[in-house]
Amino acid sequence: MSEFFDEMRMPEGEVREAYADYDKWFWQQDASWLRKKAKEAEGVFRKTGITFNVYGEDAAEERLIPFDMVPRIIAAREWRSLEKGIEQRVRALNAFMHDIYHKQEILRAGIMPERLIRDNDAFLPEMVGFNPPGGIYTHIVGTDLVRTGPDEFYVLEDNARTPSGVSYMLENRETMMAMFPELFTRVGVRPVQDYPRRLARSLAACAPERCEGRPKLGVLTPGIYNSAFYEHAFLADQMGAELVEGSDLRVVDGKIAMRTTRGWRAVDVLYRRVDDEFLDPLTFNPDSMLGAAGIMDVYRSGGITIANAPGTGIADDKAIYSYMPEIVEFYTGEKPKLKNVETWRCSDEDSLKYVLDNLAELVVKEVHGSGGYGMLIGPAASKKELREFRAKLEANPQGYIAQPTLSLSTVPILTRQGLAPRHVDLRPYVLVSPDKIDLVPGGLTRVALKQGSLVVNSSQGGGTKDTWVLDD
Amino acid sequence: MMLGRNANSIFWMFRYLERAENTARLLEAGFRMAMTRDEFTSQEEWRSVIQTAGMRRAYEAEHGTYTGIQAWNFVLRDRKNPQSVLSMVENVRTNARAVRNMISRELWETINESWMEVRDLLSAPVQQTQLGDVINAIRREATLVRGAMEGSMLRTDVFNFARIGGFIERADNTARILDVKYYLLLPTLSHVGGSLDNIQWDSVLRSVGGDRAYRWLNHVGVEAKSLADFLILDRRFPRSLAFAYGKIRSNMASLAEAYGEETDAHILLRDIDTRLSDLSVGEIIDEGLHQFILGFLSDNQRLADAIARDYRFIE
Repeated sequence: MSEFFDEMRMPEGEVREAYADYDKWFWQQDASWLRKKAKEAEGVFRKTGITFNVYGEDAAEERLIPFDMVPRIIAAREWRSLEKGIEQRVRALNAFMHDIYHKQEILRAGIMPERLIRDNDAFLPEMVGFNPPGGIYTHIVGTDLVRTGPDEFYVLEDNARTPSGVSYMLENRETMMAMFPELFTRVGVRPVQDYPRRLARSLAACAPERCEGRPKLGVLTPGIYNSAFYEHAFLADQMGAELVEGSDLRVVDGKIAMRTTRGWRAVDVLYRRVDDEFLDPLTFNPDSMLGAAGIMDVYRSGGITIANAPGTGIADDKAIYSYMPEIVEFYTGEKPKLKNVETWRCSDEDSLKYVLDNLAELVVKEVHGSGGYGMLIGPAASKKELREFRAKLEANPQGYIAQPTLSLSTVPILTRQGLAPRHVDLRPYVLVSPDKIDLVPGGLTRVALKQGSLVVNSSQGGGTKDTWVLDD
Repeated sequence: MMLGRNANSIFWMFRYLERAENTARLLEAGFRMAMTRDEFTSQEEWRSVIQTAGMRRAYEAEHGTYTGIQAWNFVLRDRKNPQSVLSMVENVRTNARAVRNMISRELWETINESWMEVRDLLSAPVQQTQLGDVINAIRREATLVRGAMEGSMLRTDVFNFARIGGFIERADNTARILDVKYYLLLPTLSHVGGSLDNIQWDSVLRSVGGDRAYRWLNHVGVEAKSLADFLILDRRFPRSLAFAYGKIRSNMASLAEAYGEETDAHILLRDIDTRLSDLSVGEIIDEGLHQFILGFLSDNQRLADAIARDYRFIE
């Protein structure tokens, strides 16, 4: 059998317990009927316009993320332990943010080098000494997890900035329920459909103290040409929030207000899907058309909540990531419940040497990169690619970290030949407010559709699956 | 209450939809005319279609002659024509996409599916044998979208802005068609009751989808005065100026009721609509039909501007 952990079947071919009911159902279905259903699903996505835009291609190009109809199933017990681990990690992340923007005790304790903060573009001096409303920095976190064995879950990235993809989690579930309603009567799957309501509740709980009455929520989008516009519109719709663009906003009487058909109306909580750099042309990039001039002043004077808080991107830095076990322990006093992937910091001379010597076995990532761009997967790279990456590494070792190539678990997808295992990851969505850390039972499972491929990013040909967390 | 930018998108979404549909009707009428004529007059007919659609300058920058296949492909799908039906349909969808969190799922899906259909039909040059299908698809889109809106949208400001946009565009388009063809009236206006070139007038009526409706209401042949009366003042005909203004008035009244106040646009609207109610067709013709239409087009534009200003469509 394969060297990878398959979540549905044991090496001997026996079906694991979490998949037992599904498996029984699956074999009662006619294969050609299932394939017909799969085609139908694509039609539904196309028709409803659930698409994403790919940068660098024709501006008008909208693509579908392929959807696979075999669910990814997580047992109740597995989820409970994941949940605890994620909660702990998210608590630590918030404490870390607060610390680096205040006393920086973690630096004084010598746990990580100062330059990682000081020389980091994602660190915003504007946030120093400022307390965001409710003390929350990372309102929404999308923790990327991979699995390598029965109880082996690793955190790959924390995505504390603006995690996307949650609309796919919701639409995938809708699609599955529409296509196979009887399946949901046979398998006890925990619902995810109330995510938008929970998001709205969580954001409202973080409203500025000055806010009176029901907080007015806005979702700030860069606009219809943004790759995730569909999701921005979807969430605004489901939350009953206004979907605003930078050009709709201005400062009026010390608040951020939006231009409505009846004049300017204040916004209390802004769920922004615009990067820090573009948030405020007066404070950050002066050429930005996507933000609202003056929003940082309003924010600093307590007039609005920005979610996630500016400056949280520092937690997405892959060099900082490598310190997460220490960060968790430093702020929670507990041993980390979730594993970090072993990480070599190329800024370190010995590590760099090790990485260069073992390049063909490692995954090398840009410290500030995301979306699967600019990374090297050693085992899959050609000689030429290895040579080019070696040169990049030598020229700028600080810019990179390296990790072992993980044996990502597999879940079957439906192919013309029947079920075939493909590698997956998992992104649950975590909502943070002063009174609780709220984790929706499910998440986005991304799947590499090409046989043997380890890259699950939608921009690189990955697909998605509905993710089921089972009832007890 | 809604974002001003979104009100603008909804308003224009329905203007573009209306324009796409009217352009398709114009092509249909032109195609019928051209079929019945010799080559020279057929050229003249296509020139007239292009001019009525307001595309003459853009067309002549591209083509030296007027042939059917060039003309309809230019009107339907030429990328160098910013007013092409394809651009209009794309504009409808782009605007809808921007406000998809405010329109019903049914409406969005209708627009999205229609866009996919029209886009596919217009992905290659349209041959004569396909022209009918293409025109039908565009008309069907407009009908389906209006139907989805009627049947699924809340009667809030979103709905009102959509309707107002659609009727402002419709009034504009009907007035323009009349204006381009008004010269046909001239020789006969002097002798009352004179019968017109039936084929020409049939074509005008077809361009606004009113050929049968006119005959139902006017049992005798086409007569200049009654035709102007039908297109301008007949409140029973859904593409007349007076009909469009009646609808705009009722949707503007709903807005005023929901928002608890009237705006400058309401005052302007009352003036324009009163003129349409008080004038008789005789007075219009005495005053000069061309003058009347020019005045109307400019009023219509002023109204659109006032609405955009009063409801903060743009900063």
